[in-house]
Amino acid sequence: MKVCVPEEVMKVAWRGFSGRKWKEDINVREFIQSNYTMYDGDESFLAPPTEATDKLWGRLQELQKEERAKGGVLECETEIVSSLTSYGPGYIDESMKDLEQVVGLQTDKPLKRAFMPYGGIKMAEQAASTYGYQINPDLHRIFTDYHKTHNQAVFDAYTPEMKRARHSHIITGLPDTYGRGRIVGDYRRVALYGLDYLTQMKEKDLFYCGGRNMSEEHIRLREEIAEQIRALKAMKEMAKIYGYDISHPATNAKEAVQWLYFGYLAAIKTQNGAAMSVGRISTFLDIYIQRDLQEGTITESEAQELIDHLVLKFRMVKFARIPSYNELFSGDPVWVTLEMAGIGMDGRHMVTKNDFRFLHTLENMGPAPEPNLTVLWSSRLPESFKKYAAKISVNTSSIQYENDCVMRPVWGDDYSICCCVSATQTGKEIQFFGARANLAKCLLYALNGGVDLNTHEQVGPEIAPITSEYLDYDEVMHKFNAMMSWLVELYVNTLNLIHYMHDKYYYEAAEMALIDTYTRRTFATGIAGFSHVVDSISAIKYAKVKTIRDDAGLIVDYEIEGDFPRYGNDDERADEIAIWLLKAFMKKVREHHTYRNSEPTTSILTITSNVVYGKATGATPDGRKAGAPFAPGANPAYGAEKNGLLASLNSVAKLPYEFALDGISNTQTISPGALGHSEAERVNNLWHILDGYFDQGAHHLNVNVFGVDKLRDCMEHPEKPEYANFTIRVSGYAVKFIDLTREQQLDVIARSEHTYL
Amino acid sequence: MLKGYVHSTESFGSVDGPGVRFLIFLQGCAMRCRYCHNADTWRVGVGTEMTAGELLDRAERYRSYWGTEGGITVSGGEPLLQIEFLTELFREAKRRGIHTCVDTAGQPFSREEPFFSRFRELLRYTDLLLVDIKHIDCAAHQKLTGHKNDNILDMLRFLSDEQKPVWIRHVLVPGVTDDDRMLHRLRAFIDTLQNVQKIEVLPYHAMGAYKWKELGLAYTLDNTPPPAAERVKNAERILGIR
Repeated sequence: MKVCVPEEVMKVAWRGFSGRKWKEDINVREFIQSNYTMYDGDESFLAPPTEATDKLWGRLQELQKEERAKGGVLECETEIVSSLTSYGPGYIDESMKDLEQVVGLQTDKPLKRAFMPYGGIKMAEQAASTYGYQINPDLHRIFTDYHKTHNQAVFDAYTPEMKRARHSHIITGLPDTYGRGRIVGDYRRVALYGLDYLTQMKEKDLFYCGGRNMSEEHIRLREEIAEQIRALKAMKEMAKIYGYDISHPATNAKEAVQWLYFGYLAAIKTQNGAAMSVGRISTFLDIYIQRDLQEGTITESEAQELIDHLVLKFRMVKFARIPSYNELFSGDPVWVTLEMAGIGMDGRHMVTKNDFRFLHTLENMGPAPEPNLTVLWSSRLPESFKKYAAKISVNTSSIQYENDCVMRPVWGDDYSICCCVSATQTGKEIQFFGARANLAKCLLYALNGGVDLNTHEQVGPEIAPITSEYLDYDEVMHKFNAMMSWLVELYVNTLNLIHYMHDKYYYEAAEMALIDTYTRRTFATGIAGFSHVVDSISAIKYAKVKTIRDDAGLIVDYEIEGDFPRYGNDDERADEIAIWLLKAFMKKVREHHTYRNSEPTTSILTITSNVVYGKATGATPDGRKAGAPFAPGANPAYGAEKNGLLASLNSVAKLPYEFALDGISNTQTISPGALGHSEAERVNNLWHILDGYFDQGAHHLNVNVFGVDKLRDCMEHPEKPEYANFTIRVSGYAVKFIDLTREQQLDVIARSEHTYL
Repeated sequence: MLKGYVHSTESFGSVDGPGVRFLIFLQGCAMRCRYCHNADTWRVGVGTEMTAGELLDRAERYRSYWGTEGGITVSGGEPLLQIEFLTELFREAKRRGIHTCVDTAGQPFSREEPFFSRFRELLRYTDLLLVDIKHIDCAAHQKLTGHKNDNILDMLRFLSDEQKPVWIRHVLVPGVTDDDRMLHRLRAFIDTLQNVQKIEVLPYHAMGAYKWKELGLAYTLDNTPPPAAERVKNAERILGIR
């Protein structure tokens, strides 16, 4: 079965493109490597926003204001189940639709939230009713009586033990009520190959799949490929609604941007995953823009307009969420994560003019949390680009940095960030997202014989509780190890079950259609409460920790006598506990079977959920009070850092990425005055910090540059116009500060006060 | 092995010399500047005793952040009070290829021996000096710090003769050091020097006042606010900073 793009189509669409392998098979990476143009210059070529951009962004800001005034949601769909073709065309503003260089909305109206019941009908209904919308009772009946949802299926299969662990929040943030997300379709394929070729390739895969060996695995895969083919056909119809025929490859930059966006639009019309990354598209699109610039068919201003309008669309992605979801992931994030820069396997840097254009959107349209702009850092990137990225950070606090030099050896040079910080090979790999195990709670279970302090329920195994007045290091470690083994086993099993059901009831056909049929799978676990466990163990080891018990004899608080080293000071004694904890957890995960033969990984990242997780967790032996927020991600505990920013960074940099391939997130806030006297000094110092941190093998850094006074003022006066788009980085994403709950605002302020003045 | 009295270290300094720097605060100072924000570093002969090697081993943990510009800055306290230790520290730092910078107010400077020879020796290993001119007028300097400034200005003349790179710093305290006439005099003095690479105006802040209280000392600038932005600009204009 030979499938190829017809010669006459190739001649037009692929004119001037070099390389061979990508023409004979789907291979976007090869296309990029054969055709991209490195850019070593500075930002002086960039163009300001066009009149059209100003108008559209102005209108969108008005809509966002209305949305906020209405309590966070502008409108909810109540009648139509979201699908690729369930709506007619939608525009930011009907009267300005000719200005939109890139078209396509999730529904028929801007910021209107679609009805997506497949993850769970109850949650979909609750999300709407929270904002005063009632879902049509017919739809309720269909998705309860006639069609099973992912959520129902998971709860059918959960064991009582799993339900207890979920209820007591020792395992938390599980994707059992909504889309699991973190699957990045290779949306570039739509532009490079067109849908006819992609469909034919999938038909070929279906033809050859399982004919001689119809095992359960093959039956499932055949069904999935058939779903993918159906999605590809519907994607074509979806584009037609907007007047485009995407059956053939894109022939110029405007089409490439539009085709790629249609691919992404298909994903966000059908899935409400916790993270819906768009992936590594910047260098790819630059190739098309560069060709048009050379052919003289586009100007720099038009090129910037294309990127600005694409980013406008990414700023509009919305899902209907329930309140408890918003507490976990505050500020309505969708993680439209998008990468720039990096170094190729052949050693050439991959910075293009387009990387500047994407960063420049934060100047042309002001700061914004989405897309989640991510710079893949290496000290070998051109200095002009490092300076520009640092400048954007200093002025907008809207971008994050990840170390290309630790990720490239594992994922190659065409990986995307599929969530906040986790890498996957684009188009060749998917990730089963798996929330977090609360290790701080696990430690308390070890001390209290598996009893939960909040519910007084026996959640963990009934091991003998600790009875001594002072905690003994060896005894605690023995019990903690045992409790962690129990927790990890239960956690992995719970995730196995969730992902089985998700594949069955909420399969990501549109995204999977743009990924290789035979895909690599990773199985992402995660740790919450990391620094508190590390410091607790250190306190027990190096100081004397006295227990305080309640009437039932449970340990509810601690008195620490003497000093102890804390994680975050570049102190080996504490940092080696951190390394041990990560390795011990990961080794335990590896002991278990993971669904669909996926490769287990773990992460130390907690998004904004550090507040909620902390709330559900009792006092810890490091001195953290009951209910107090955890430090986010891999950050040291608040107030633990006594030796300055770089000492703190050094501690985090010691954590071996090889044991946390799903990511190690670190968020730091630096007041402008502490970073330098002038903008030039701040920029210069910031990129040196990034070089120094990442050259030591660290994985991720969120950089905020503002003073705590600004946060306080913004919390008290959110109505001030200058705060409408005031964006800050939190663990793994960016968020408008005014969109955080007050509790989280206070948490961010408390954390910032402990940083560097 | 010679040991220094160290008040503290800080892994990240960005405003005390070029680039990203490791800061070492040495213990001990003879001046009693009314606005001092490190009053806890005044006492002589106390603090953590450390060798040059120990300090530099700690500093070098942050070397990856320094790039080609950064390095170490020794501040205080008054680092020149421990000039022999400081010289040993910088000698060893240069041997390790580290950029060295000292942040001084110049009070211990003298052309008398043995100080003068020691100072010349120190300069061999010093890449940059940050010299804080507290006040250009001798009487006002005495009132502000408890010491005259003739030897300090003399040190600057000597450094100029030696062509040693210097950054001049001036803390701007409303009503104390922001008088236009005095700023013009300061400018006129700086104009006679041949070695000034940079002039910095540091706006006064009261963030160190709590330390005075902790030490049981009376802080006499309690009612002084930080200078207004236009006063800072004015000072920068007079001192010829762009």
